[in-house]
Amino acid sequence: MDAFLHVLQRGDLVNLAAATLVASTPLVLAALGGLMCERSGVVNIALEGIMLTSAFVGYAVAFNTHNLTLGVLAAVLAGMAIAGLHAVLSIAFVVDQIVSGTVINILAVGITGVFYRAYIQQAEVRGPGVLPVWKLPGLGDIPIVGPIFFQQAFVTYAALALIVVVHLVLFRTVWGLRTRASGEHPRAAETAGINVYLVRYVNVIASGALAGLGGCYFSLQQVGNFLPGMTGGQGFIALAAMIFGRWTPLGSFLASLLFAGAGALAGRLQIYGVHIPYQVLGMLPYVLTIVVVAGAVGRAVAPAAVGKPYRRS
Amino acid sequence: MPLVAILLGFVVAGVAVAITGADPIQAYLGLFQGAFTNKHAFTESLIASVPYVFLGLAVATGFRAGLFNIGADGQFYLGALGGVFVGFSIHGLPGVVHIPLAILAGIACGAVYGGLPGFLKARFGAHEVITTIMLNYIAYSLSDYLINRGPLGDPHSSAPKTPFIDPSAQLPIIFADSRLHLGLVLALLAVPLIWFLIERTTIGFRIRAVGLNPEAARSSGISVARTMVLVMAISGGLAGLAGADEVLGVSHFMPPSFSIGYGFDAIAVALLARSNPWGILPAAFLFGAMRNGAGFMQLQTQVSADMISIVQATVIMFVAAPVIVRWLLRLREVPAESLQITQPEGVGAAPKT
Repeated sequence: MDAFLHVLQRGDLVNLAAATLVASTPLVLAALGGLMCERSGVVNIALEGIMLTSAFVGYAVAFNTHNLTLGVLAAVLAGMAIAGLHAVLSIAFVVDQIVSGTVINILAVGITGVFYRAYIQQAEVRGPGVLPVWKLPGLGDIPIVGPIFFQQAFVTYAALALIVVVHLVLFRTVWGLRTRASGEHPRAAETAGINVYLVRYVNVIASGALAGLGGCYFSLQQVGNFLPGMTGGQGFIALAAMIFGRWTPLGSFLASLLFAGAGALAGRLQIYGVHIPYQVLGMLPYVLTIVVVAGAVGRAVAPAAVGKPYRRS
Repeated sequence: MPLVAILLGFVVAGVAVAITGADPIQAYLGLFQGAFTNKHAFTESLIASVPYVFLGLAVATGFRAGLFNIGADGQFYLGALGGVFVGFSIHGLPGVVHIPLAILAGIACGAVYGGLPGFLKARFGAHEVITTIMLNYIAYSLSDYLINRGPLGDPHSSAPKTPFIDPSAQLPIIFADSRLHLGLVLALLAVPLIWFLIERTTIGFRIRAVGLNPEAARSSGISVARTMVLVMAISGGLAGLAGADEVLGVSHFMPPSFSIGYGFDAIAVALLARSNPWGILPAAFLFGAMRNGAGFMQLQTQVSADMISIVQATVIMFVAAPVIVRWLLRLREVPAESLQITQPEGVGAAPKT
């Protein structure tokens, strides 16, 4: 409780909320990607590897072109490419989807490590910097709401917009209906004339685009540099956020805020002079994830056909 | 088939190295020299293989029950913590008592840390892939907390590390003029032991039954929940043994950051061996030799040691999807079934009770 009192006393609530929203950015994007993928029937534990690869590719391109926009674009494309591999492995070659995801996670460590050492580590040129904060005219000046929502950088704005977009696509379009049908009962969907393979391919690759955008948050918005393993398990936490959010965009957003808030608060407690070892605070989001996965899953119901390879008969 | 997968893995990684502008032939030459032909290289490769045997067995045992233990890394940390604590805190014991005690402490810590996600899965349906990964990160923080000026830290050292273990807890060297320790013998014993457990005992039968078809196992009266917890505890115990073995046999103390990504390597080892305990031996040696050679390669050619992760990932891919290899080599044989390892209920699906 002390901690919360400190927050209130210092009038720091707005800062904490803003920090939470920023930190939730990669979680939201990866969770949105995860749920697009899983709603169509494909488990995606490769989110972590996709984000790591995109963080690297985005940085490498921005570094070499001195153009952050190109970096973001490249990160999205890289995410789509890696997710494409996951799609080919798990849909065309019917590889166990968890194994396929693991392959991508390991591959991401290898590829980013090798290319980082070859191209980035020794380079003495200054990096491309970070994506600038855009204070939206008018909206950014609203007290409390402005500093939290409208004084952010590109990836965070994009994440907020994509929550709405994914929600609409999933629940208000024909494509969303097809997606959900493929994830719940692929054979019935196929009988109704839906091309389940196509739906799954598109959704898996779309999830790569979303997670890829989330990946470049680390290198281009947060740090302005690439570090090996910089995604630090956020892809897996995003998966937990997706589950906690019951495979819905809005739920995933709220769950991401919870996880990011735990992290943001943990980071601030020290500044407030609360003496808890930083390692214990660092465990907080991970412990929370386990609690959530163990506690929430009993009530949440996954898409019925998720994880099951589908073969046309 | 596994040999083709390994070969293709090297080809793919070689292409990646070539793209960075380095010479893959030189890189592989460095890898080979580092693993085999330098002074002490071979015994060092064997030393590096020992944890892979235990860890490969750990992951493979989980696979046999359809459980995907990605948490071997965290269980390895816990085992090392248990082993090192008994190793440095108890004094005056003879080696024949001290060593087994320290090893048992490592196994116990690993078993508890592995059993926990088993319990969470059996009781709440929490998918072990997520919980074990989270427990990995928690284990890293825990070790850092305990060792970095924490209760297990060495008060006489400025570096964050535990005190050295007593000489009575050190695993004896079994090959003169090298660092090769008794752990190799333990590893060679663990393989037939796990094989026997899985293939010839009632427990093993239950494990395999749950892995093949949990529904059928349940209807034939096997407690799936209890089997899951047990398998994960065995798996964690083996990973813990690997950690204790590293502390007692190689480093004799523990720094806060101890692993070189053993967890993912262990998955590759288990998949390469197709979860067969005997297959773990050659697979573990391959990975031990690669790890040992990778450092030398990085020194010699500036190619990142992470290159072997590319090899691992592609090897897993080709082993898990033999269809791809056939397709690549244009072999038109009977299409083999792909390997389905995990239970296809998906991450986060509701538990079946």
